[in-house]
Amino acid sequence: MDERGLSSAIRVTDLVVGFGRQIVLNELSLEVRRGEILGLVGASGGGKSVLMRTIIGLIPRRSGTIEVMGTPLGGADERTTQAVATRWGILFQQGALFSSLTVKQNVQFPLRENLQMSQVLMDEVATAKLEMVGLRAEDGDKFPAELSGGMTKRAALARALALDPSIVFLDEPTSGLDPISAGDFDALIKTLQQTLGLTVFMVTHDLASLNTVCDRVAALADGKIVAIGPMRDLLRSEHPWVKAYFHGKRSQMLQPKES
Amino acid sequence: MPEGDISLRSHPGLTADTTDDVLEFRPSGSWVSRNVAELENLTESANTKLGRAMTVKLDLGAVSEIDTVGAWLIEKLGRRAASGGRRVEMVGVAENYSGLVEEVRQVNRREISPVPRQNPIVVKLTEMGRSSLGAAQDVTVFLDMLAALFFALARTLRRPRSLRVTSLVYQMYRIGWQAIPIVVLITFLIGAIIAQQGIFHFRRFGAESYVVDMVGILVLRELGVLIVAIMVAGRSGSAYTAEIGSMKMREEIDALVTMGLDPVEVLILPRIVALILTLPILAFVGSMAALYGGGLVAQLYGGMGPPIFIARLREAISVTHFEVGMLKAPFMALVIGIVACSEGLRVKGSAESLGQQTTTSVVKSIFLVIVLDGLFAVFFASIGM
Repeated sequence: MDERGLSSAIRVTDLVVGFGRQIVLNELSLEVRRGEILGLVGASGGGKSVLMRTIIGLIPRRSGTIEVMGTPLGGADERTTQAVATRWGILFQQGALFSSLTVKQNVQFPLRENLQMSQVLMDEVATAKLEMVGLRAEDGDKFPAELSGGMTKRAALARALALDPSIVFLDEPTSGLDPISAGDFDALIKTLQQTLGLTVFMVTHDLASLNTVCDRVAALADGKIVAIGPMRDLLRSEHPWVKAYFHGKRSQMLQPKES
Repeated sequence: MPEGDISLRSHPGLTADTTDDVLEFRPSGSWVSRNVAELENLTESANTKLGRAMTVKLDLGAVSEIDTVGAWLIEKLGRRAASGGRRVEMVGVAENYSGLVEEVRQVNRREISPVPRQNPIVVKLTEMGRSSLGAAQDVTVFLDMLAALFFALARTLRRPRSLRVTSLVYQMYRIGWQAIPIVVLITFLIGAIIAQQGIFHFRRFGAESYVVDMVGILVLRELGVLIVAIMVAGRSGSAYTAEIGSMKMREEIDALVTMGLDPVEVLILPRIVALILTLPILAFVGSMAALYGGGLVAQLYGGMGPPIFIARLREAISVTHFEVGMLKAPFMALVIGIVACSEGLRVKGSAESLGQQTTTSVVKSIFLVIVLDGLFAVFFASIGM
């Protein structure tokens, strides 16, 4: 990878996003370093998904700048934005697989649209991606409606990785999975991040994933990032919301054992 | 793009050197997916160079960047060489890419059993068998829905308070009241066109006044109700299928069942009852609009004033004609409703299936409405109405 370039994969500066009179993100700044897994936590309805969707360009912003891999986004130059779009992959919460295509066709879709490659190679690459996310080659011929929740997430991840992106956005990747599948999925994300050298931006509420796979955690409250750093730093944070989040009843397992 | 990226965008290459029995491939440059067309050519031509070499060495030292596609193409070249009984070794993999290259070595290992090719004649015959079975199945589905509807109606009649009045009134508003403008417009135009054609052709025999008979009988007996039924099938039948279909897709129907409610009673009965109650009204409104259109053309084009038109109309038609038309309307409504709702329940998970079922619903209900109209014509003729 280009080590001389910027060390940040995503740099968000003074971002303001609002709907009508309501301001959701208020002068938010955030930096995601290359090659790290950043977990984003925040209250439900607090703007986590809005932040992710603003970075990937689905929601317009009022002011502020967003740079992805050193390229500023959202300017008039549509082509730059498009070129950057092939360098990220997005895993939507519900998978967002195209329901009328098979899993394999779903994975091939970005390849077919962006590259000129033979059908044979495309089949092989699609199967390779499916195997890399832990699906079997046979699963490629199924339709999204025939997949279980965990398989849908894996298939959607395979599609997100189709173009070998540098950045992957994951929107609640482990929601709706049982603890074992969620743990497997966490391990998968970690493995892929290491083998493919990915930068991962992950919106999650899963305390276990935050603890096990994330290099750093950012906490979003009141439209700003109120704390960012490795998990142990966040556990020591004095911000009232962060304290409530990590020291509530459900977070007992994260606390260092006393006695 | 920043300056620094130029080295990364370097051209991919693949050189082959033979020394004694050893063939050495040296891929270089960017082995990434954006160069995939070139990469495919390079590895394709490398395959032909394998020749009689006993050992194949893949030296990745000169590769500046690589991704899954590039790694797979090199791996595929290696596997092709190995399949000929050659010894293959891979060297010089940069540390930051070793994970990826290792990962790719594991994939596509299992043979996928190829789908056996079938005899085209057998395939055709299977298709024909399936579609005729499908036709039989359609009848069963229709009868199933009719029975379910009958039981739901019986239950509701026993406990009249369980009838969903709000839903019923809302559906009548939607498929009845809101449809009136378009129904009036179209039937008005149809009535006008029939009258104009009638006058134009009857004039040659000097039988212009019989145009009133034609418009009156045609509109009241057949066209009024038929046109309105077709429009309702297209307008409301499709909406029913899409609504129930998307409820099925989002498991809302399953949610109803688990709450101990019968989807037929909750969703389908109010819709079909609303259709049965509103279609006759729409058919009546439509027939009147068509007669009005016919009368207007008779005056403007045929020079027949309203008093004469009405007097001729009274002579030409009897209440029977009107009854025949109106009697058909509720049956057509029942057919449209049953087809629309049962097609909605047959929607599967995908967006494509929703579209397909909606199309089927409209096509099938229009077809059945016309068939039903024909059967009624035979029936009324035989009882002398």
